[in-house]
Amino acid sequence: MKGPTPRAAAARARHALRGVKSRVLRAFRALYGESPLHLALLLASFALCGYALDRLLADDWYGVAKWIVGAALLHDLVLVPLYGGADWVLHRVLRLGAPSSPRRIAVVNHIRVPAFVSLLLLLVYWPLVSRDVGAARYHNATGRSLDVFRTRWLAVTAVLFALSALHLCWRLWRTRPRDAVPATGPGPLPAPQGGAGRAGRAVRWRSGRSARRVGGRSGR
Amino acid sequence: MTSLPSGGGPSGGPRRGAARLVPPRLRPPVPLPRVRSPFRSPLRGPWLTSVLGTVLLVGIPVLFVTGLLSYAAYNPDLSRINDKTPGKGLLGFYLFSWPTHPYWLYRVTQGVHVTLGVVLVPVLLAKLWSVVPKLFALPPVRSVGHALERLSLLLLVGGGIFEFATGILNTQLDYIFPGSFYPLHFYGAWVFFGAVLAHVALKLPLAVRSLRSRSFREELRTPRSRTRPEPADESGLVAAEPAEPTVSRRGALGMVGLGSLVLFVVTGGQSIGGPLRRAALLAPHGGEQGTGPSDFQVNKTAALAHIRPQDVGEDWRLTVRGSNGRSVQLSRTELAAMARHGAALPIACVEGWSSGDQHWEGVRLRDLAALVGFHDDPPGVFVESAQLAGSFRAVALRANQVRDPRSLLALRVNGADLSPDHGYPARVIVPDAPGVMNTKWVRQLTFGATYFEERA
Repeated sequence: MKGPTPRAAAARARHALRGVKSRVLRAFRALYGESPLHLALLLASFALCGYALDRLLADDWYGVAKWIVGAALLHDLVLVPLYGGADWVLHRVLRLGAPSSPRRIAVVNHIRVPAFVSLLLLLVYWPLVSRDVGAARYHNATGRSLDVFRTRWLAVTAVLFALSALHLCWRLWRTRPRDAVPATGPGPLPAPQGGAGRAGRAVRWRSGRSARRVGGRSGR
Repeated sequence: MTSLPSGGGPSGGPRRGAARLVPPRLRPPVPLPRVRSPFRSPLRGPWLTSVLGTVLLVGIPVLFVTGLLSYAAYNPDLSRINDKTPGKGLLGFYLFSWPTHPYWLYRVTQGVHVTLGVVLVPVLLAKLWSVVPKLFALPPVRSVGHALERLSLLLLVGGGIFEFATGILNTQLDYIFPGSFYPLHFYGAWVFFGAVLAHVALKLPLAVRSLRSRSFREELRTPRSRTRPEPADESGLVAAEPAEPTVSRRGALGMVGLGSLVLFVVTGGQSIGGPLRRAALLAPHGGEQGTGPSDFQVNKTAALAHIRPQDVGEDWRLTVRGSNGRSVQLSRTELAAMARHGAALPIACVEGWSSGDQHWEGVRLRDLAALVGFHDDPPGVFVESAQLAGSFRAVALRANQVRDPRSLLALRVNGADLSPDHGYPARVIVPDAPGVMNTKWVRQLTFGATYFEERA
């Protein structure tokens, strides 16, 4: 009778403490919306960021703040809609109102990939390609001419598109229709609506399933 | 019956008619015309974000550490003249004496810093693309905690783009950023890294769960036709109304990888050298080099430094002084008559480019120290150029740099006299020192001093 009493009391106390703890946690969550660890981590991070920001903003706080906030806004509100919109337009132009088919998507991607890489190079090397850095400054520093970069970017872009086109032709040739058996894919594609050579050719391709079969046969 | 949201338009008519028959109290809330989210890619989801995040999780700490090393390489704690961020406070806690061994150390760390930074641009863009719907998530703020997290994300995204932008602009000599590059990039790095730490700590569990949710190798074998959206979850990344996939996850990752690869090819050679140097077509100091003895890169020509002919002509004299008050003046002929030594060392710039090993010939710095009485264990030296204005016309070198037998006051390179752009009549070359620390058109060396005021 003597033994279990203090143990039971301790268990009751522990239980009560747990109750208080969980109530405090619940109240914290209701007020803050996240766990206390979340707050601790963010405060620690803000302490470091604040210490560095204080120094970063010491000279021209407005100019630097404009750059940091502007960088985020420019990316999210200008760059993303711009490339997202361009991609959407590319799809629309190449679809010409027809339902999408694997071949049409392939054409889109064979334009999309070199365009992505080329624009990426332009983005990273904009100061040199656009001559934003200034021919005199570049020449004074390096002793070289700034003229070469635009030509080189255009050349790299041309090579990228050419390789992509060659690859597309090779895929086209591999999956070319070998016989007169009509396509068994999900519904025949509408005939090309005239004009737009590239898209017109795309429309004449057959659907994905038969394409794979034909491709497989030619590859044995 | 007609309560299906139809996006407004012509079907509004009959619904209005039906509504008139129902007593106002029982009328269901009029469904707002639902705006279709513009973010409908079926590829977005926690798995894809986590894969891209993992690449950055490896890459960004490498950028941060190599960046900190580059700051240490300037020996900013040695002299105010070397320190472009004197207000650094605790952020300079890690500084140490920059070594001279191995002689290619700075070439590698800074080459990695700049090349990796450029190569990570498509990964960063893809990562931001993968999470962009969260920017427009509604409600914009759910709680105090959420508000703080969004503030931290502003520092993460803004700070990240700021770091990449200032770095990339600086390597292309396009100084349009608001202030001097060194403080902006150094303090900005700490702001960015502080936000990265919080982001990693908060998101790592989700990232690990997401990476385990599907097999990477399996995903690399999944073509577009079998690509399905990730299961919707609380991350808010998966599109509510996903569009048909136009590319597989494999394809999307491949596209990002191709972007990185092409950037590597047109950039990396400016620091790696060898056959890649010719492929570095867009790198500011890449491309083909001439074959002459002085046809390796420069970043400050004699014209830019406003070196006047009379400063480096026949009347040029090198003044060697000691903090002990002794002083010697030497003409170039006298210097050339001193014991000549050689060293094969590269020039490696903070901008990431570096030359291959060049064969320098000249007088050891420690032999010059001996001229003014420092025979054993010479101290550091304060080096001044004939350049009259502009940054880095004077630098302080530490004792370990002076004592290294490969540290020279070079008179010749690759078997010929220095060219004007490479610092004729004499320049400093020290193993592992960043390019700008190898002062050109040297006019005066003061041993035992590290700053103007300390000169005897």
